[in-house]
Order: sequence, then C-alpha cells, then structure tokens
Amino acid sequence: MKQFAERMGTLGLIACGIIAVVVLGALFAPLIAPYDPTIGSVTQRYQGMSFEHLFGTDQAGRDIFSRLLWGARSSLTGPLIVVAITAVFGTLIALTAVWWGGIVDSFLSRVLDLLFAFPNLLLAMLAIAVFGPSLTTAALALSVAYIPYSARVVRSMAMRERNLPYIRSPELQGIPGIVITARHLLPNVAPLIVTGATINFGFAMIELAALSFLGLGVQPPAADWGLMVSSGQQSLLNGYPAESVLAGLSIVITVAAFGYVGERLGGRAAAGRKA
Amino acid sequence: MLTIDNLSLTIGPDLQILREVSLAVAAGEAVGLVGESGSGKSMTLRSILHIEPEGSRVTGTITFDGVDVRGLTGEALRQMRANDVSMIAQNPHAVLNPVLPVERYLIEGMHDAQGQPTKTAKLRAGELLEQVGIDAVDRVLRSYPHQLSGGMLQRVVIAGAIAGKPRLMLADEPTTALDVTTQAEVMAILDECRHELGMAMLFVTHDLDLAAAVCDRIAVMKEGEIVEIGLPEQLRDNPQHPYTRALMESRPAGLTWTPEGGPTS
Repeated sequence: MKQFAERMGTLGLIACGIIAVVVLGALFAPLIAPYDPTIGSVTQRYQGMSFEHLFGTDQAGRDIFSRLLWGARSSLTGPLIVVAITAVFGTLIALTAVWWGGIVDSFLSRVLDLLFAFPNLLLAMLAIAVFGPSLTTAALALSVAYIPYSARVVRSMAMRERNLPYIRSPELQGIPGIVITARHLLPNVAPLIVTGATINFGFAMIELAALSFLGLGVQPPAADWGLMVSSGQQSLLNGYPAESVLAGLSIVITVAAFGYVGERLGGRAAAGRKA
Repeated sequence: MLTIDNLSLTIGPDLQILREVSLAVAAGEAVGLVGESGSGKSMTLRSILHIEPEGSRVTGTITFDGVDVRGLTGEALRQMRANDVSMIAQNPHAVLNPVLPVERYLIEGMHDAQGQPTKTAKLRAGELLEQVGIDAVDRVLRSYPHQLSGGMLQRVVIAGAIAGKPRLMLADEPTTALDVTTQAEVMAILDECRHELGMAMLFVTHDLDLAAAVCDRIAVMKEGEIVEIGLPEQLRDNPQHPYTRALMESRPAGLTWTPEGGPTS
C-alpha cells in the first residue's frame, strides 16, 4: 500500500481520489441524489446554485447535481464494458499470435492492421446505423475498434518475454504451449494489460460521450454526461451554461484522472520490470 | 542411440557455425563435447532439441532411436522433450520462473509435461530432491528461486531433468555459473544420477579435465568441426590434433578431476 502511494505521487493520489469519488457517486446515486434525474418542473427551470439545487436546474427544471450523479453510471459502465472486452480479446489475440508465431502471427497482425485502418467513431457509427442507437451497441462497436490497440501493445511485450529462458525452458521440458502461456507468460504481461486498460478507459469515455452527444449512444431522457453536454447547448445560448459546462468538466476531470493513474501504473510496470 | 550425421548449421548468407559434425552416443554412454567459446558445441546441443537461433539453416540428420528428430514437430517433438531427452542449461536462475516456488517447477514438469497425476508428482518432488542430495527438502520445495544459491538451484534443475527418467541428458556447461567447490558437488550428483538411471549424456564444457573425469569419450571441437574424438586417456596421453595438444597444455597444472571427489591436487 505504501509502495503504491509512493509510485502514484501526490498528483496520482489525488487522481485516485477523484476516481473513487466518481465511482462512489455512481454506485450510491440513488441514495445521494436529492431529486429524480429525469423528472423536473418547468416552473423550476434555469435556477441558479442554491442549497436546494446544488448546481441549479436545467431547461426542463431537472436538478443538475442529481443528473450528474446518475449520469456517472452510464458514463462509467460504457467504458467499463469497452475496457473489459478489449482487454480479454486483445490479450487472447496477442498471446495466440505470440505463441504460435509464424503464419498465425502474420495473419492476426494483418487483421489488426485492417481494424486499425477504420476510424473508431466511424466503426461505431456504422454499427449503430445497423443495430440502432443504444449504449450497448456503441460500447460493443467501440470495443471492436479498440481491440487492436490493446492487442498490439500486449503482443510486443509478450514477444520479448517469449524468448527469455524462463519461457523457453519449460518448452524444453515438454510442457504444452497453452500451459506455459497461461501460467508463465500471462502473469508476466498482466501489469501491462492493467495499465493499457486504465488508459483506454479514458479514451473510451470521451468517445462514448461523443457518441451520446451526437445522439447515437445513451438516449434521452436518461442522464449521461455526453448527453448533458448536448442537451445543455440550448441553455448555453440562452445564457445558462451550468449544465453543459459541469457535464463537460466531469468528463474532462475523470478522463484526466484515469489517464494520469494509467500513466503512473505504466511507470510502475516499467520499474517493476527493471527490478 | 543418438546419431548425429553430417550436421551443418548456417546463419544468414555465409556464417557457418557447424561444419559436417558427426557424432554418436550409445545408450548409457557419456560423451564430452569440448572446445572454446564459439566452437559450436552448444549449437550442436541446441540443434538436437530444435532450439537453434531463428533463421538458421540446418542440414544433415540427427536420429534418436532411429527417429529423425529434425523432422519432429508439434506433439511428437513435445513428447520427445518431455520423456526422452532432458536438458540442463548453464544458469539455473534464468530457467525457473522467478514468481513461482520450486515445488511448482518440479510438479509442472511431471504433471503437465509427462502427464503424471498431481498427487504423485507432489510426492515425487520430495524424493527427487533427496536424490540430488538436498537435505532440507521441505524448505527448498517452498522456496522461490531467488532464495536459493546457484548450486542448490542447479540441483533442483537436475532433479527436474531426471524426473521423467529420460534416456539422454544434454548438459550445456551445467557447472560454469557455479563456484569451484559447488561445481564439484553438482558434477558428482549429476554423474551419480546418470549411473543410477543408466542415462546417456552429451556433456558440453570447455574444461577438458572435467570432461575426462565424467565422460567415456570426448570430442574436441574447433570452429564448428570435430577435430578429434577418443577416449579421455588417449587425448590426455597422446593427443593427435595440434588443437587438442594446445588445450591440454593450457589447463592449470597439477589439477585432476575425479567424479567422486571433485578437483584434487
């Protein structure tokens, strides 16, 4: 624990704190949020900050603080789905390519190159055009687009490990490849997988917010940060910037926190390798 | 049992590592492969197990019990490595996964490679360590590689190598990374295990005296070729090739090896 704190540094700990607050807020939204995030009264619209409405209300008179809390849920689950799928399949593809090498490696690498050639958002929009807009579709499509990123990073590191004696010698003992991969190779590239997932989380959050902003992700009246930036546009023009700005800030701060923690974890993984 | 015939190995366009190496090892026989660094002795060993460097071209044949091992792939190759031919490398610390205890290393070899049930493997792990002269069996089984000395760890590797009762042991300078007194002990244990199991051995070393002490025949290699092959006494008393003579003359004076006692002066 102490070691973790040392690696993270002050800023890193602050970032961890921010992530903790966001996650807890999302988890306990039903308990913390003072109002229903989807119901508002037009007579209450465009209220400023007060004890009654901590961050004021939006154009439909809904409490912005409550909407931010509830919005954290979809804003976090989306990237979580993306990161989980990406890590699992990316690692699977990478380790398969590394263990069998040769033609298998070439083939998988070319498939990944092909996926790389598609812009992420374009791939997501294509999927949404076919399956209809929803958070699940957007997250699944983005997962497919992200797999090459995670697969490529894991592959390059596993490739290095593959030729080290502690991986080579079980092979000479006659231990099956799948056992060596699972028991020796995977645990030694795991720190990299965690780091990659943390950093990807931030990227996925931004892109999912962008999709929601475009109306292709989470659908109104549900609360979602990307959606709030979008629905706040009209208020912004009317001189009430609170909704868009606060939702935007939430995204930026959370993404920055994940990015920083990921970077620190990456440094940790690198330092751990040296030792 | 093992026959190497006209083995040549080339890396890149014209870097020839091995030139028409021919060598036979009979069942139960120990053959030493002696030469300076870069003479191709390790590469000969590696060719037998298919671990020559990537991009090298190998010609000639290697047969083990009449089977062409260079033609083996996949499961057949794995079976050979698991059950017939074991290898001991120079540095035991590089061989074991640093994050798993020694017991796991031994069990893995017996269970996952040779297909013995985990329970039997667990019991045998202790027996094997006793066989290689380790007293504190339980402590060593629980230890991680970094907690053990090189000599201790090399014994563990030997224990793992003999677990499947292989018929051929490939030893690639198994004592070079150890200090002199440990060298003697490890060598004696290796020799003892070999006689107990009736294993054949191909023993790579640059130490002519050491090879003479534990081997039935010795082949001297130079620049990828076997320049002389014969009984240890022959090489010692009447070396034919000028290179063998040079090797004999360059060893420290007054030091002779016996397999039981190590170096005595």
